Amino acid sequence: MQIEWIFGLAGGVLIGLGGAVYLLVNGRIMGASGIIGGIIDGSAGNQKAERAWFIAGLLGVPTVLAILFGNLQGDGPAQTYATENLWAVIVAGLLVGIGTRIANGCTSGHGVCGISRLSLRGMVATVFYIVAGGFGVILFKHLLGWV
Amino acid sequence: MRNLFSAISGGLFGAGLFVSGMTDTRKVQGWLDVFGEWDPTLAFVMGGAIIPMFFAWRWTEGRMPALGGMFPPKPNPVIGRNLVLGSTLFGFGWGLVGLCPGPSIASLYYGGIQGTVFVLAMGAGMWFAPSIKARLDGAAPAV
Repeated sequence: MQIEWIFGLAGGVLIGLGGAVYLLVNGRIMGASGIIGGIIDGSAGNQKAERAWFIAGLLGVPTVLAILFGNLQGDGPAQTYATENLWAVIVAGLLVGIGTRIANGCTSGHGVCGISRLSLRGMVATVFYIVAGGFGVILFKHLLGWV
Repeated sequence: MRNLFSAISGGLFGAGLFVSGMTDTRKVQGWLDVFGEWDPTLAFVMGGAIIPMFFAWRWTEGRMPALGGMFPPKPNPVIGRNLVLGSTLFGFGWGLVGLCPGPSIASLYYGGIQGTVFVLAMGAGMWFAPSIKARLDGAAPAV
Protein backbone atom coordinates (compact mmCIF):
# COMPACT_ATOMS: atom_id res chain seq x y z
CA MET A 1 0.00 0.00 0.00
CA GLN A 2 2.85 2.39 0.81
CA ILE A 3 4.17 2.42 -2.74
CA GLU A 4 0.82 3.23 -4.37
CA TRP A 5 1.11 6.96 -3.93
CA ILE A 6 4.46 6.90 -5.78
CA PHE A 7 2.78 5.13 -8.72
CA GLY A 8 -0.02 7.70 -8.43
CA LEU A 9 2.42 10.60 -8.55
CA ALA A 10 4.48 9.09 -11.40
CA GLY A 11 1.34 8.29 -13.40
CA GLY A 12 0.05 11.79 -12.72
CA VAL A 13 3.25 13.31 -14.11
CA LEU A 14 2.84 11.18 -17.28
CA ILE A 15 -0.73 12.46 -17.63
CA GLY A 16 0.51 16.03 -17.22
CA LEU A 17 3.25 15.45 -19.81
CA GLY A 18 0.60 14.18 -22.24
CA GLY A 19 -1.38 17.36 -21.62
CA ALA A 20 1.76 19.48 -22.07
CA VAL A 21 2.57 17.85 -25.44
CA TYR A 22 -1.01 18.36 -26.65
CA LEU A 23 -0.92 22.00 -25.57
CA LEU A 24 2.60 23.05 -26.61
CA VAL A 25 2.77 21.10 -29.89
CA ASN A 26 -0.84 20.93 -31.12
CA GLY A 27 -2.07 24.02 -29.29
CA ARG A 28 -5.05 22.26 -27.75
CA ILE A 29 -6.45 21.47 -24.32
CA MET A 30 -6.27 17.78 -23.44
CA GLY A 31 -9.84 17.15 -22.32
CA ALA A 32 -11.00 13.57 -22.83
CA SER A 33 -14.74 14.36 -22.88
CA GLY A 34 -14.30 17.14 -25.45
CA ILE A 35 -12.02 15.06 -27.66
CA ILE A 36 -14.42 12.08 -27.65
CA GLY A 37 -17.68 14.08 -27.58
CA GLY A 38 -16.62 16.30 -30.48
CA ILE A 39 -16.20 13.25 -32.69
CA ILE A 40 -19.57 11.84 -31.61
CA ASP A 41 -21.66 15.00 -32.05
CA GLY A 42 -19.77 16.21 -35.12
CA SER A 43 -18.45 19.43 -33.55
CA ALA A 44 -14.84 18.27 -34.04
CA GLY A 45 -15.05 19.27 -37.73
CA ASN A 46 -11.65 19.06 -39.39
CA GLN A 47 -9.98 17.93 -36.14
CA LYS A 48 -11.53 14.49 -36.39
CA ALA A 49 -8.36 12.69 -37.53
CA GLU A 50 -6.20 14.40 -34.92
CA ARG A 51 -8.63 13.39 -32.18
CA ALA A 52 -8.98 9.83 -33.46
CA TRP A 53 -5.19 9.47 -33.21
CA PHE A 54 -5.30 10.79 -29.65
CA ILE A 55 -7.90 8.16 -28.74
CA ALA A 56 -5.81 5.49 -30.49
CA GLY A 57 -2.87 6.36 -28.21
CA LEU A 58 -5.08 6.59 -25.13
CA LEU A 59 -6.50 3.12 -25.80
CA GLY A 60 -3.44 1.51 -27.38
CA VAL A 61 -0.74 2.16 -24.77
CA PRO A 62 -2.65 0.83 -21.72
CA THR A 63 -3.74 -2.15 -23.83
CA VAL A 64 -0.11 -3.01 -24.61
CA LEU A 65 0.91 -2.43 -20.97
CA ALA A 66 -1.91 -4.68 -19.77
CA ILE A 67 -0.92 -7.44 -22.21
CA LEU A 68 2.76 -7.22 -21.26
CA PHE A 69 2.54 -6.74 -17.49
CA GLY A 70 -1.01 -7.49 -16.34
CA ASN A 71 -1.96 -5.37 -13.36
CA LEU A 72 0.27 -2.85 -11.60
CA GLN A 73 1.57 -5.36 -9.08
CA GLY A 74 2.34 -7.81 -11.89
CA ASP A 75 0.52 -10.63 -10.08
CA GLY A 76 -2.55 -10.98 -12.29
CA PRO A 77 -4.45 -9.53 -15.23
CA ALA A 78 -5.30 -5.82 -15.35
CA GLN A 79 -8.86 -5.19 -14.19
CA THR A 80 -11.13 -2.23 -13.50
CA TYR A 81 -13.16 -3.96 -10.76
CA ALA A 82 -16.23 -2.05 -11.96
CA THR A 83 -19.60 -3.15 -10.61
CA GLU A 84 -21.32 -6.03 -12.39
CA ASN A 85 -24.66 -4.23 -12.06
CA LEU A 86 -25.09 -3.29 -15.72
CA TRP A 87 -28.04 -0.98 -15.00
CA ALA A 88 -25.80 1.07 -12.73
CA VAL A 89 -23.14 1.05 -15.46
CA ILE A 90 -25.63 2.31 -18.08
CA VAL A 91 -26.96 5.07 -15.79
CA ALA A 92 -23.41 6.10 -14.87
CA GLY A 93 -22.30 6.16 -18.52
CA LEU A 94 -25.27 8.34 -19.53
CA LEU A 95 -24.68 10.73 -16.61
CA VAL A 96 -20.96 11.01 -17.42
CA GLY A 97 -21.61 11.51 -21.14
CA ILE A 98 -24.36 14.10 -20.71
CA GLY A 99 -22.82 15.86 -17.71
CA THR A 100 -19.34 16.33 -19.14
CA ARG A 101 -20.68 17.72 -22.42
CA ILE A 102 -23.10 20.13 -20.71
CA ALA A 103 -20.31 21.27 -18.38
CA ASN A 104 -17.87 21.30 -21.30
CA GLY A 105 -15.20 19.30 -19.50
CA CYS A 106 -14.30 16.42 -17.22
CA THR A 107 -11.48 15.37 -14.90
CA SER A 108 -8.79 15.99 -17.52
CA GLY A 109 -10.10 19.20 -19.13
CA HIS A 110 -11.53 21.05 -16.14
CA GLY A 111 -9.41 19.24 -13.54
CA VAL A 112 -5.87 18.81 -14.86
CA CYS A 113 -5.82 21.45 -17.62
CA GLY A 114 -8.15 23.98 -15.94
CA ILE A 115 -6.75 24.03 -12.41
CA SER A 116 -3.16 24.21 -13.71
CA ARG A 117 -3.94 27.50 -15.49
CA LEU A 118 -5.86 28.74 -12.44
CA SER A 119 -9.14 28.77 -14.38
CA LEU A 120 -12.05 29.63 -12.08
CA ARG A 121 -14.42 27.51 -14.19
CA GLY A 122 -12.08 24.53 -13.97
CA MET A 123 -11.86 24.84 -10.20
CA VAL A 124 -15.60 25.29 -9.69
CA ALA A 125 -16.41 22.36 -11.99
CA THR A 126 -13.90 20.19 -10.11
CA VAL A 127 -15.43 21.08 -6.74
CA PHE A 128 -18.92 20.22 -8.02
CA TYR A 129 -18.04 16.88 -9.59
CA ILE A 130 -15.98 15.80 -6.58
CA VAL A 131 -18.72 16.75 -4.10
CA ALA A 132 -21.38 15.08 -6.30
CA GLY A 133 -19.10 12.04 -6.66
CA GLY A 134 -18.70 11.85 -2.88
CA PHE A 135 -22.48 12.11 -2.38
CA GLY A 136 -22.92 9.55 -5.17
CA VAL A 137 -20.73 7.03 -3.36
CA ILE A 138 -22.59 7.62 -0.08
CA LEU A 139 -25.98 7.32 -1.80
CA PHE A 140 -25.38 4.47 -4.26
CA LYS A 141 -22.94 2.42 -2.20
CA HIS A 142 -23.75 2.97 1.45
CA LEU A 143 -27.47 3.84 1.36
CA LEU A 144 -28.85 2.03 -1.69
CA GLY A 145 -26.22 -0.71 -1.93
CA TRP A 146 -26.29 -0.69 -5.78
CA VAL A 147 -22.53 -1.02 -6.20
CA MET B 1 2.73 15.59 -37.66
CA ARG B 2 -0.34 16.76 -35.73
CA ASN B 3 -1.69 13.22 -35.75
CA LEU B 4 1.63 11.78 -34.57
CA PHE B 5 1.85 14.17 -31.60
CA SER B 6 -1.83 13.59 -30.83
CA ALA B 7 -1.13 9.87 -30.59
CA ILE B 8 1.96 10.49 -28.42
CA SER B 9 -0.06 12.74 -26.13
CA GLY B 10 -2.90 10.22 -25.90
CA GLY B 11 -0.35 7.48 -25.26
CA LEU B 12 1.25 9.40 -22.38
CA PHE B 13 -2.22 10.07 -20.95
CA GLY B 14 -3.11 6.38 -21.22
CA ALA B 15 0.21 5.24 -19.74
CA GLY B 16 -0.28 7.66 -16.85
CA LEU B 17 -3.79 6.42 -16.15
CA PHE B 18 -2.55 2.83 -16.19
CA VAL B 19 0.52 3.42 -14.00
CA SER B 20 -1.35 5.57 -11.48
CA GLY B 21 -4.06 2.94 -11.04
CA MET B 22 -6.80 5.32 -12.16
CA THR B 23 -8.39 2.64 -14.34
CA ASP B 24 -9.07 0.71 -11.10
CA THR B 25 -12.54 1.87 -10.08
CA ARG B 26 -11.89 0.82 -6.46
CA LYS B 27 -9.20 3.49 -6.17
CA VAL B 28 -11.43 6.21 -7.63
CA GLN B 29 -14.43 5.28 -5.50
CA GLY B 30 -12.07 4.77 -2.57
CA TRP B 31 -10.90 8.37 -2.90
CA LEU B 32 -14.46 9.69 -3.16
CA ASP B 33 -15.62 7.53 -0.25
CA VAL B 34 -14.77 9.62 2.80
CA PHE B 35 -16.82 7.28 5.00
CA GLY B 36 -15.09 4.10 3.80
CA GLU B 37 -11.43 3.12 3.75
CA TRP B 38 -10.19 6.34 2.19
CA ASP B 39 -7.63 5.94 -0.62
CA PRO B 40 -5.48 9.05 -1.17
CA THR B 41 -4.05 7.97 -4.57
CA LEU B 42 -6.22 10.24 -6.73
CA ALA B 43 -4.91 13.34 -4.99
CA PHE B 44 -1.33 12.36 -5.88
CA VAL B 45 -2.35 11.72 -9.50
CA MET B 46 -4.04 15.13 -9.77
CA GLY B 47 -1.09 16.84 -8.11
CA GLY B 48 1.40 15.04 -10.33
CA ALA B 49 -0.52 15.95 -13.49
CA ILE B 50 -0.97 19.58 -12.56
CA ILE B 51 2.78 20.20 -12.09
CA PRO B 52 3.90 19.74 -15.75
CA MET B 53 0.71 21.40 -16.98
CA PHE B 54 1.34 24.44 -14.79
CA PHE B 55 4.74 24.96 -16.43
CA ALA B 56 3.28 24.23 -19.87
CA TRP B 57 0.72 27.02 -19.44
CA ARG B 58 3.47 29.39 -18.27
CA TRP B 59 5.49 28.53 -21.39
CA THR B 60 2.58 29.43 -23.71
CA GLU B 61 2.74 33.10 -22.77
CA GLY B 62 3.96 35.13 -25.73
CA ARG B 63 4.61 31.99 -27.82
CA MET B 64 2.87 29.93 -30.49
CA PRO B 65 2.14 26.18 -30.65
CA ALA B 66 5.02 24.24 -32.23
CA LEU B 67 2.87 23.08 -35.15
CA GLY B 68 1.22 26.44 -35.80
CA GLY B 69 -2.18 27.85 -34.97
CA MET B 70 -3.00 29.61 -31.74
CA PHE B 71 -3.05 28.63 -28.10
CA PRO B 72 -6.50 28.37 -26.48
CA PRO B 73 -7.96 31.73 -25.45
CA LYS B 74 -7.86 32.89 -21.82
CA PRO B 75 -10.29 30.93 -19.66
CA ASN B 76 -13.83 32.23 -19.47
CA PRO B 77 -14.38 33.48 -15.91
CA VAL B 78 -18.19 33.12 -15.99
CA ILE B 79 -19.67 30.38 -13.80
CA GLY B 80 -22.96 29.41 -15.41
CA ARG B 81 -25.75 26.99 -14.76
CA ASN B 82 -24.50 24.53 -17.39
CA LEU B 83 -21.11 24.27 -15.71
CA VAL B 84 -22.63 23.57 -12.30
CA LEU B 85 -25.44 21.29 -13.49
CA GLY B 86 -23.26 19.34 -15.91
CA SER B 87 -20.47 18.84 -13.39
CA THR B 88 -22.98 17.65 -10.78
CA LEU B 89 -24.50 15.08 -13.18
CA PHE B 90 -21.01 13.97 -14.18
CA GLY B 91 -19.98 13.62 -10.52
CA PHE B 92 -22.93 11.36 -9.70
CA GLY B 93 -22.09 9.08 -12.62
CA TRP B 94 -18.39 9.12 -11.67
CA GLY B 95 -19.19 8.16 -8.07
CA LEU B 96 -21.65 5.46 -9.14
CA VAL B 97 -19.19 3.37 -11.16
CA GLY B 98 -15.79 5.05 -10.69
CA LEU B 99 -15.09 5.71 -14.36
CA CYS B 100 -14.65 9.04 -16.14
CA PRO B 101 -14.11 9.54 -19.91
CA GLY B 102 -10.29 9.11 -20.11
CA PRO B 103 -9.97 5.96 -17.98
CA SER B 104 -13.06 4.39 -19.59
CA ILE B 105 -11.29 4.45 -22.98
CA ALA B 106 -7.88 3.54 -21.53
CA SER B 107 -9.31 0.41 -19.85
CA LEU B 108 -11.55 -0.69 -22.74
CA TYR B 109 -9.39 -3.73 -23.56
CA TYR B 110 -9.41 -5.15 -20.02
CA GLY B 111 -12.59 -3.54 -18.67
CA GLY B 112 -14.85 -6.49 -19.48
CA ILE B 113 -18.50 -6.19 -20.48
CA GLN B 114 -19.01 -3.38 -17.94
CA GLY B 115 -16.32 -1.30 -19.61
CA THR B 116 -17.82 -1.72 -23.07
CA VAL B 117 -21.35 -0.98 -21.82
CA PHE B 118 -20.09 2.10 -19.98
CA VAL B 119 -18.35 3.51 -23.08
CA LEU B 120 -21.46 2.85 -25.24
CA ALA B 121 -23.72 4.55 -22.68
CA MET B 122 -21.28 7.46 -22.35
CA GLY B 123 -21.20 7.80 -26.14
CA ALA B 124 -25.01 7.82 -26.23
CA GLY B 125 -25.03 10.51 -23.52
CA MET B 126 -22.56 12.59 -25.52
CA TRP B 127 -24.74 12.16 -28.60
CA PHE B 128 -27.85 13.40 -26.74
CA ALA B 129 -26.06 16.16 -24.83
CA PRO B 130 -26.25 18.92 -27.49
CA SER B 131 -30.06 18.62 -27.76
CA ILE B 132 -30.41 18.54 -23.96
CA LYS B 133 -28.18 21.60 -23.71
CA ALA B 134 -30.23 23.38 -26.40
CA ARG B 135 -33.45 22.66 -24.47
CA LEU B 136 -31.94 23.91 -21.22
CA ASP B 137 -30.77 27.07 -22.91
CA GLY B 138 -34.18 27.48 -24.59
CA ALA B 139 -36.01 27.21 -21.27
CA ALA B 140 -33.69 29.66 -19.55
CA PRO B 141 -30.54 30.91 -21.25
CA ALA B 142 -27.36 29.91 -19.46
CA VAL B 143 -25.42 32.84 -18.06
